[in-house]
Amino acid sequence: MTYDERLQNVAVLGAAGKMGSGILLLTAVEMADRALQAENKGKTFVLNAIDVSEDGLAGLMGYLRVQVRKIAEKKTIWLRQMYADRDDLIENYDIIDAYINDVLNIVHPVTVMEAANKANLVFEAVNENRSLKVKLLDGIKKNNPNDVWFFTNTSSVPIHLIDEEAGLDGKVIGFHFYNPPAVQKLVELIKTDSTKQEVADFALQYAKNLNKVVVPSNDFAGFIGNGHFMRDGLHGIKEAQELAKDKNMPLYKAIYMVNKVTQDYLIRPMGIFQLMDYVGIDVMQFILNVMNPFVEDETLQSDLLDKFMEQGVKGGQYSSGAQKDGFFKYKSGQPVAVWDIHKQEYVEIEKFKDECDEILGDLPESAVPWKSILRMKNKEEVLMKFYTDLKSLDSLGAVMAIRYGKRSKEIGEKLVKDKVAAHADDVNTVMLTGFYHAYGPINNFFE
Amino acid sequence: MKKLRRKVYMTAGYNTISLGTGRREFNPRKPRPGIEHYIKEAGQGVLNQIGGAQNVDESVIGNFMASRFNRQGHLDGFLPMIDKGLSMKPAVRVEGACASGGLSLVTGIRNILAETAEVNLSLGFEVQNTVKAIYGADILALAGWFQNRKAGHAYFFPGQFSDRAGAYYEKYGYERTRKGMARWYANAIENARLDPTAQEYHNTNPDPYGTALKMQPNGKAFVDHLTVLDCSKVSDGASAIAICSEDGLKRIGVDKKNAVEVIGFGHAVRDITSQPKDLTELETIKFAAHEALKNAGITIDQIGTIETHDCFSIAGILAVEALGLAAKGEGADYVDAGKTSRNSEIPFNTTGGLIGWGHPTGCTGVHQAVTIWQQLTGNAGNAQIKINENRPYGLTINMGGDDVTVTSIVFKRGE
Repeated sequence: MTYDERLQNVAVLGAAGKMGSGILLLTAVEMADRALQAENKGKTFVLNAIDVSEDGLAGLMGYLRVQVRKIAEKKTIWLRQMYADRDDLIENYDIIDAYINDVLNIVHPVTVMEAANKANLVFEAVNENRSLKVKLLDGIKKNNPNDVWFFTNTSSVPIHLIDEEAGLDGKVIGFHFYNPPAVQKLVELIKTDSTKQEVADFALQYAKNLNKVVVPSNDFAGFIGNGHFMRDGLHGIKEAQELAKDKNMPLYKAIYMVNKVTQDYLIRPMGIFQLMDYVGIDVMQFILNVMNPFVEDETLQSDLLDKFMEQGVKGGQYSSGAQKDGFFKYKSGQPVAVWDIHKQEYVEIEKFKDECDEILGDLPESAVPWKSILRMKNKEEVLMKFYTDLKSLDSLGAVMAIRYGKRSKEIGEKLVKDKVAAHADDVNTVMLTGFYHAYGPINNFFE
Repeated sequence: MKKLRRKVYMTAGYNTISLGTGRREFNPRKPRPGIEHYIKEAGQGVLNQIGGAQNVDESVIGNFMASRFNRQGHLDGFLPMIDKGLSMKPAVRVEGACASGGLSLVTGIRNILAETAEVNLSLGFEVQNTVKAIYGADILALAGWFQNRKAGHAYFFPGQFSDRAGAYYEKYGYERTRKGMARWYANAIENARLDPTAQEYHNTNPDPYGTALKMQPNGKAFVDHLTVLDCSKVSDGASAIAICSEDGLKRIGVDKKNAVEVIGFGHAVRDITSQPKDLTELETIKFAAHEALKNAGITIDQIGTIETHDCFSIAGILAVEALGLAAKGEGADYVDAGKTSRNSEIPFNTTGGLIGWGHPTGCTGVHQAVTIWQQLTGNAGNAQIKINENRPYGLTINMGGDDVTVTSIVFKRGE
């Protein structure tokens, strides 16, 4: 079966979810682009968008219409060539509309799993729930007469377990997108010892056509991305708890301070607590629960996260992409207040900001905001100067930042040592591309 | 063309800002003023300088494609909206693609010559930021022959002038041409920074020449032979000016010294369904500009400043050659040597031209006349150039489509 033949019938499970809708969009566009090639004229391409939610699927179709237009507007020059033989399509307007129709015609939104039984390729993007994933894939494998291949978007469940428990005969690969899939360049590709080579080759071709940066990761719970982020987040929580204890201050102030240090001192796009809100406190707790049984020399768990879940404070995002309240309360996407677990209410940052900033101390003059450092050609040099200056300070902020940078590096090196990542570069690429860090965790800035 | 049968003047010009990318107040995600705002501001800007609407006999409004950019036709009906005093008076809308503004001017001149008007209000406008550039390209493509649209580029007009640039590179050499085009861009930016209404007024690039020279055309992302810096931007704007007889000037109480006299003009149209004979020549511009000079009874070496239609940098270079200032194939060198810059003998596009000031299509021809009026009467503010007494004339060239419709006017300060 050729690449195009395999793409002629595809199913996405969980198509209306945050990750599923992005995967569906990219796959629909890739399938439509293949269908437009001369050799595929007249062939039918079907993409089954499967989800339990009717509402979600209705929303998905609206999302696709808007996103496909944006994609089409960026490649109109190419589309005019593809539709050159259609005399009825003259203006860019006509061509873009035709393309949107062609993409949407490929997509069949359905709520029944049976739709996956004719697929050559199944993309699984349901909840991060191992038994659910296994149950669904097992069902398809039993009822689909084709040589069906499986891609799973799991960010934490080991692929070989899914393979064994669902009986997929090595015709499965971890294809882990970052959120949102349509924007984020990074894909972690996770082969197991039994993943068939042709499945891996196809996955690589597909990722390349989608213009993604591929980082191979070993099949170890959490892979590289969550392997780093989960531990980095737990370190942030630990720092905040210890800071509150040492300084005898309420935890919400400490959360604010650690968040500030991880954003401004570590020069990251957002502080660690804001990032945990972005991912979702519930999602983070879930992934920790998935990962924890597989690690031997540490415990991946947090009482604080459990407490937040008990109090119903979960973070995450609305389907519009707006940030839900979690550790922080947000206004126009910016944190404005911090959750107080004792009083169970948000405390405005303005009320204690100055006092906390003073305890942290001033940043050295060589500090640069994350946004500007990304564009700098001499990034390494600027960072080296900044961290050298930082090391010479004994302010609380500087000390915490250096400790944080060292811990982050330790986490990265452990991923290499445990063979989750093949090279230090792979860890750095994941953090640079998937998390938009300005520099990889494995560096020499903090020694 | 016959000598003008009586004296015709222009005065009291007014430009709105040219709004679009580059202006700090421009935000594509926020609502913007519509056509009513621009028509009103430019129209009232003139009426305020000429003693009010009661002094106006007739009006002309030039616009290319409001029917698609703004879903509005029947544009002459907007003139009485400017001021009740224009109600129940003659008004006409003219269209000749990007030369619609120029047509607004020559129609106004003819109203004066026909003696049906002593004071004529000529206006031009376009509000184009209503659609994304990829759709705007469809609308602007209507300035070409629709039968050619299917085979044309997604960005149709950049595609047309990219073909001209490509032919020029091939004939006369890529490097030297790109240098001339980079210099054209740099001049446009430097001049625009002197005019607060210009779209590039806020441009702070310390080295526009270097930026333009470094950027290479990329056919995959845009067109084969031009970069975005070789192109005028998408703009919203309006300009207006009063066109008067001697009696008209007296009526509005404006001294001749504060007006420019129309010494002569040319107006020519080429068959839109035919291809240009030579891609490296703008034959209609050449014809119309020489008509204007002949009609005025002067030669090019008496011209002190020129506003030419640089919708694309290559069009600026080809206009230099069409005017005979440089031989064929030497226009790019002429420009790169600084001979069109504001310190030269014949400064071109002293408020930025289409690339620097902006190109609200139907507005451009009128904007050119306003700039010449400002320069020759000493009203150009920071953009003011020194007018050499041996070269007292100003010249405009306004082009519609791919060298299809051209108007060209010779001006001199009133005396």
